[in-house]
Amino acid sequence: MHRLHFLGIRLIKAVLVLFAIVVLNFFLIRAAPGDPAMVLAGEAGAADEIFIAQLRERFGLDRPVHEQLFFYVRQVASLDLGFSYRQQAPVLTLILERLPATLLLTLAAFLISMALGVLLGVLSARRVGTWADSLITLVALIFYATPLFWLALMAIILFSVQLEWLPAFGMRSISQDLTGLAYVADVASHLVLPALTLGLFFMAVYARLTRASMLEVAGMDFVKTARAKGLSPGRVTRDHVLRNALLPVVTLAGIQAGHLVGGAVLTETVFAWPGIGRLMFEALLQRDYNLLLGVFVVASAMVLLFNIITDLAYTFIDPRIEAG
Amino acid sequence: MRPTTSLLLGAVLAVYFAIMPLRVSAEPRSGGVINVVVQPEPPGLMLGLTQNGPTQMVAGNIYESLLRYDENLSPIQNLATSWDVSADGRVYTFTLKEDVRWHDGEAFTAHDVVFTVDTFLRETHPRLRVSLEHVERVEALGDHRVRFTLKQPFGPFLGIFEVGTMPMVPRHIYEGTEFRSNPANDTPIGTGPFKFKEWVKGSHIHLVRNDDYHVDGLPYLDEIYWHVIPDSSARAIAYETGKVDVLPGGSIETFDVERLRDLPNTKVTKKGWEYFAPHAFLWINNRTSPLSDPRFRRAIMYAMDRGFARDVVWNGFGTVAAGPVSSKTKFHSTDVRHYPYDPDKAKALLGEMGYDGRPIRLLPLPYGEAWQRWAEAVRQNLNEVGIQVELQATDVAGWNQRLNEWDFDLAFTYLYQFGDPALGVARTYVSSNIAKGSPWNNVAGYANSKVDELFARAAIAFPEENRQALYDELQQTVVEEVPVAWLLELEFPTIYRSNINDLVTTAIGLNDGFVDAWIED
Repeated sequence: MHRLHFLGIRLIKAVLVLFAIVVLNFFLIRAAPGDPAMVLAGEAGAADEIFIAQLRERFGLDRPVHEQLFFYVRQVASLDLGFSYRQQAPVLTLILERLPATLLLTLAAFLISMALGVLLGVLSARRVGTWADSLITLVALIFYATPLFWLALMAIILFSVQLEWLPAFGMRSISQDLTGLAYVADVASHLVLPALTLGLFFMAVYARLTRASMLEVAGMDFVKTARAKGLSPGRVTRDHVLRNALLPVVTLAGIQAGHLVGGAVLTETVFAWPGIGRLMFEALLQRDYNLLLGVFVVASAMVLLFNIITDLAYTFIDPRIEAG
Repeated sequence: MRPTTSLLLGAVLAVYFAIMPLRVSAEPRSGGVINVVVQPEPPGLMLGLTQNGPTQMVAGNIYESLLRYDENLSPIQNLATSWDVSADGRVYTFTLKEDVRWHDGEAFTAHDVVFTVDTFLRETHPRLRVSLEHVERVEALGDHRVRFTLKQPFGPFLGIFEVGTMPMVPRHIYEGTEFRSNPANDTPIGTGPFKFKEWVKGSHIHLVRNDDYHVDGLPYLDEIYWHVIPDSSARAIAYETGKVDVLPGGSIETFDVERLRDLPNTKVTKKGWEYFAPHAFLWINNRTSPLSDPRFRRAIMYAMDRGFARDVVWNGFGTVAAGPVSSKTKFHSTDVRHYPYDPDKAKALLGEMGYDGRPIRLLPLPYGEAWQRWAEAVRQNLNEVGIQVELQATDVAGWNQRLNEWDFDLAFTYLYQFGDPALGVARTYVSSNIAKGSPWNNVAGYANSKVDELFARAAIAFPEENRQALYDELQQTVVEEVPVAWLLELEFPTIYRSNINDLVTTAIGLNDGFVDAWIED
């Protein structure tokens, strides 16, 4: 009951926050210099007043800003995200078209980073001060500090250009008509480099966080008590240290999961992965207001949703935390 | 066998084997798939509605116009087989090819031409609209002849029948509809050598051979895939790893060209840009001091080492621009004042005018690394003669906004010339085009009544020989006053596999489609 009440309150708050995000983004985007009519006119290689006026009228940009805002909020409230000026298609269609690619990439990266990160963090904490701990810390630091685009390009040069093991770009081999397992294998081979590149950064974060959190918990009295009771080191680590050390990890996982739908701008750009991150970046450069706002709305909604799920997850992991 | 006989036989065999490859390569063969890069992803493929570079590069395979142009900009037949011009230069009559069909099987006729020009493109095509101001009426004379009657002679008229300028649009699909929201825009129908098959947004566009194409035996290729790869390094790597076969001009950074050129089975051509003749220059805001002083503008010309920029920033691609009209465009003149790299002369001019060292703002063009480096080189050149320059970075939308609002001192740009000064040059210099709201206007704010008059007279002078003298005088005047600072006639090399033949055959290169291209075994 407590949890249901908590959920209800959080959902109402989430809707209010989402509304605030829509309004804020609406003005933020318009504060940037230039507008979509200008960009489209610029791309056309020529423009006259008639052409620009035609575009502004078509996009509704000739109306007062408060009218545009009212119209947009009303549209979003009826789950219509509007029409993309440049892509000449409904925003929701464009987002849904890109969603599978983005989810595949970000989920793969999420799983890689969580699994490897927590594993390395536990190993490092259990062997603190040894060469294994130093090595894991060093590797984590390297992946944490390396710029993503550089890592991506180096991965392409090594695995695609030099070794010719993996494809360098795209989501599938498009001139081949593959089906069944061959198709799955083809997509998987395209996924390896972008997912690893994206995943290794978060892996480093999880590893460092898990290690630090475990070391902190390991020094607490209840762990000493568990050891004094004669529990095996494995059980102490698993049931007492790790479970309590996971809270900050779950928080981070919640934050990362919230961004799954937002895609990964740099990774998607370098690997030509047809996801939402790229769509958003291109919409920003082209001042495609509706498309950009649409991606923001969907991404914000996901962040809010995962925040609620994270809060609920706390109550299961640590019964001392009460919902609400 | 006697030694002389052996030698003779050996020589004959050597000659035979030497010419064998030539003989093979001279015989086009059908079939094959080509993978090409397109960047950025086009906003749409309906060429009548969208005329940006990527759209034209893909849709130039789907749509066609009445004429094509060879590298000397002479018209060659396409949908029109012949054309007559009246003695007074006002009436142009085109005879259209018969048995041409749209991709949906409908016949292409003169009525499509009249609808395209008079109704569709007059509404949707801002660049063509300027030229159509000269057209009094367009009439169909039966199904296969079209007559254009002009208000007065218009020199460049025969140059506007290129596919990006005047793409033919199917009347039976668009007449009486709202053009921009017609659902057919998603599945474009043209008369071109390739048909639209599929577009996976963010990934690729797939075109397939038009088996009913109006030229027997063409096209040779079965399919074309256009790959959307947003990062320029990734585009270069895509070629390097064999995933794409063609890198259209401008799709990679110039510093990657040399590396790719040295790869096996690779060719590079600078051809295919003659009609566009991309001309790079610095906008100079003529309205404000010290830029309003011609001596300051001349000092900028002398201060810039444009040869260095070509050799280092553009890896040797390009030609130092002599003035407003490119050497590839008609009526180019060399009889103008020259501005060699001469920092001392620049300093002398600045001293003579009493330049107070006031810093000026320079907007680089946000089109990639080469443009950024070029801006840094210009800043260094200007600093060396005592002009302090502040680089102000923007994105494309911001750059447009600053130009539209005249909020700059110097700004990089490049413009296409479209084969004729009346089409692509006059807009930069005539005072009637000084207006806020478009980066294609006379953004510099340059106004000279003599220049206005020369441009006006040269556009309508007839026959063509009469135009040269007017443009000669015009170029002398403009180059003297330096309303903008000319930089380079840009060259955008196209990189492709050596076994692809006849890829670039006209003055607009890949924008005319892959109609002649074929792959050697």
